[in-house]
Amino acid sequence: MRLADRQREFAAALTDPASDVPVGLLGPDRMPSRKRYAIYRNNVVHGLIEALRAAFPATCRIVGEEFFRAMARDYVLREPPASPLLFNYGAGFPDFIVRFESAAALPYLADVARIERAGTEAYHAAEQPALDADAFAEIPNHRIPELCLILHPSLRVVRSHLPSLTIWRMNVGDGVPSPVDLDAGGEDVLVVRPKTDVDVHLLSPGGASFLSSLASGETLISATNSAISESSSFELTSTLAALIAAGVFVGFRFAELGAR
Amino acid sequence: MSSQLGITPRIPPRTGVGLKPDHYKTILETSPDIGFFEVHAENYMGAGGPPHRYLGEIRERYPVSLHGIGLSIGGAGPLDRQHLERLSLLVERYRPSLFSEHLAWSRHETSFLNDLLPVPYTAESLALVCEHVDQIQETLARQMLLENPSTYLAFAESAYSEIDFIAELVRRTGCGLLLDVNNVYVSSVNQEWNPKGYIDNFPLAHVQEIHLAGHTRQTDDDGRPLLIDTHDRPVDEAVWELFAHAIGQLGPTPTLIEWDANVPEWGDLEVEVRRADAVICARDRRDLFRAVG
Repeated sequence: MRLADRQREFAAALTDPASDVPVGLLGPDRMPSRKRYAIYRNNVVHGLIEALRAAFPATCRIVGEEFFRAMARDYVLREPPASPLLFNYGAGFPDFIVRFESAAALPYLADVARIERAGTEAYHAAEQPALDADAFAEIPNHRIPELCLILHPSLRVVRSHLPSLTIWRMNVGDGVPSPVDLDAGGEDVLVVRPKTDVDVHLLSPGGASFLSSLASGETLISATNSAISESSSFELTSTLAALIAAGVFVGFRFAELGAR
Repeated sequence: MSSQLGITPRIPPRTGVGLKPDHYKTILETSPDIGFFEVHAENYMGAGGPPHRYLGEIRERYPVSLHGIGLSIGGAGPLDRQHLERLSLLVERYRPSLFSEHLAWSRHETSFLNDLLPVPYTAESLALVCEHVDQIQETLARQMLLENPSTYLAFAESAYSEIDFIAELVRRTGCGLLLDVNNVYVSSVNQEWNPKGYIDNFPLAHVQEIHLAGHTRQTDDDGRPLLIDTHDRPVDEAVWELFAHAIGQLGPTPTLIEWDANVPEWGDLEVEVRRADAVICARDRRDLFRAVG
C-alpha cells in the first residue's frame, strides 16, 4: 500500500467515529484491533477539546464541563485546525457557538467566548512599548487636527449588546456567578497587553467606535466625531486619559490632510 | 535579544525539564539547579507575549533544547515550508543546544491532526523521511535529533523492524537520535517486544538525549495490556529500570522529564529530576541499583 493512500485512509477515519477501522492495522497477534486504532482517534479529538477548554475557561464554566465537551467535540469534527500552532485554534469557536442550537438559551455565551479569544490573541501578539501621557505633551496644538494615534498590536475590542463582560468576570478566577439583568444594556470590552499581563477593561459609550476609527487610520478629530455621533455622552478628555493609562497607544503620526 | 545568546552552550549530561508556563515565575524567582529546559517549538511561534518574555530570560540562565511536534516528518506530502521557516527563525532567535522532532506524521492535506501518528516501516516511507530530514537539516544548517515513537499498532505493510528503519535513517541522513525510554517501554508492551533488547540493539552511538515520561495503562480488545503515552503522571517504575539500563549502556546523557498534562507543582517535578540525576551519576552497578530502587 502506498504511503499517501495509507495516510488518506488513516486520517479520514480519525475524525469520523462511524467509519470502519482501516485494514492492515494490527495488534501483536497480527490481528486487526479496533481499540488500538481508537487510541489515535481519541488522542486527536480529546487533545483538541482540551485545547479549547484551556482557551475558553469561562465559557466552559458557564455551560459546565459535559456540555462544553459536547459542543467542543462538534466544533473539532467540523473545523479541525489547519496549523500546528494550536494557540491559533478556536478563532472560529465564538461564531460556531452562535450557530450551536443547544446554546441558544445563553445569548451572551458567544460574546464571552469572544472576550476569551481576544485575550488569547493579545497574549501572543507582538511586543511594543506603550506611550505614557508625557509622550503626548510635545504635540503642538496647531497640529492636533492632523493627529493620528497608533494602537498597540495586542489591542482587541469586543462589542456585545449584552452585559457579557460582567458575566465573563463572574466566571473567571475566584469570580462568583450571580443573577445578571440581561436588559441592562450592552458592554464594549477593551482587551490589551501593554506589558506581560493581558488587561480587560470596560469601554465607556462611544469608546469602541472611537478605537475602531483610530484603528482604520482616521484622525483623532474624525474618530471623536464618529464616537459622538454614536453616543452623545462621549467625552474625549476622560476617554483619552483612560486609554493612555491602559497602555493602548504606541505612537502617533500626522495625516496629510486633503491629500486624498 | 541579549548578546549572551550568541554562544550556544552544550547541554550538560544531566536532567532537564520540559518548560511549562505554570512554572515560569518559580524558575525565575528560585533559579533551580536544573541541567536544561526543553520547549515545544510550536508554543513559541507567536509574535510576542509572555512565552517569549519568559523563555528569553530562562535562556540567559540555562541551556535550552527545542522539541518540535508539528513538522510531520513522516507525512506523505511535502513539509510545510512556512512552518519550517518559523522553526528556522526560532532556532536563530534562541540558539538552542539541541533540536529534535518525531518519527511521526500529524498533517493531512490542510488539516493538522494533533497527534504523533505512526509511520509504516517501508522503503517508500524510509526514502521520504530521509528526504524530509535532509531538508530540515539543510534549512536549519544543523543536525537534528529524531525521536523513536510510541506506537499502539503495527502496519501490515511494514518491511523493516523499527530499529532497522531508524538505523538506516541515521546512516543516510547523519541525523542524531533522541531515545525516549518511555516510548520504548510503551511500544514494547504494546507490540510485545523485549524493551531491554530494543535498547541494546538501538544505534546508541548516535543518541544525544533521553526522554522520560509517565504513561497510562489500558487493555485492548482481547484484554492484553495497552499502554498510552500520556505524559500526565510520574515516570513508571518499569521505565526507571529501563532508564538505568540505558544509562548503563550510554553513560551520562542529557535526560528530559516530560510532564505535559495534569502539570504538577514545581516541587513534584524536582523529585523526578533528582531521581534521574542520581541514575545518571551512579557510576558502578551497585550505585545504579540503589538509585533505581
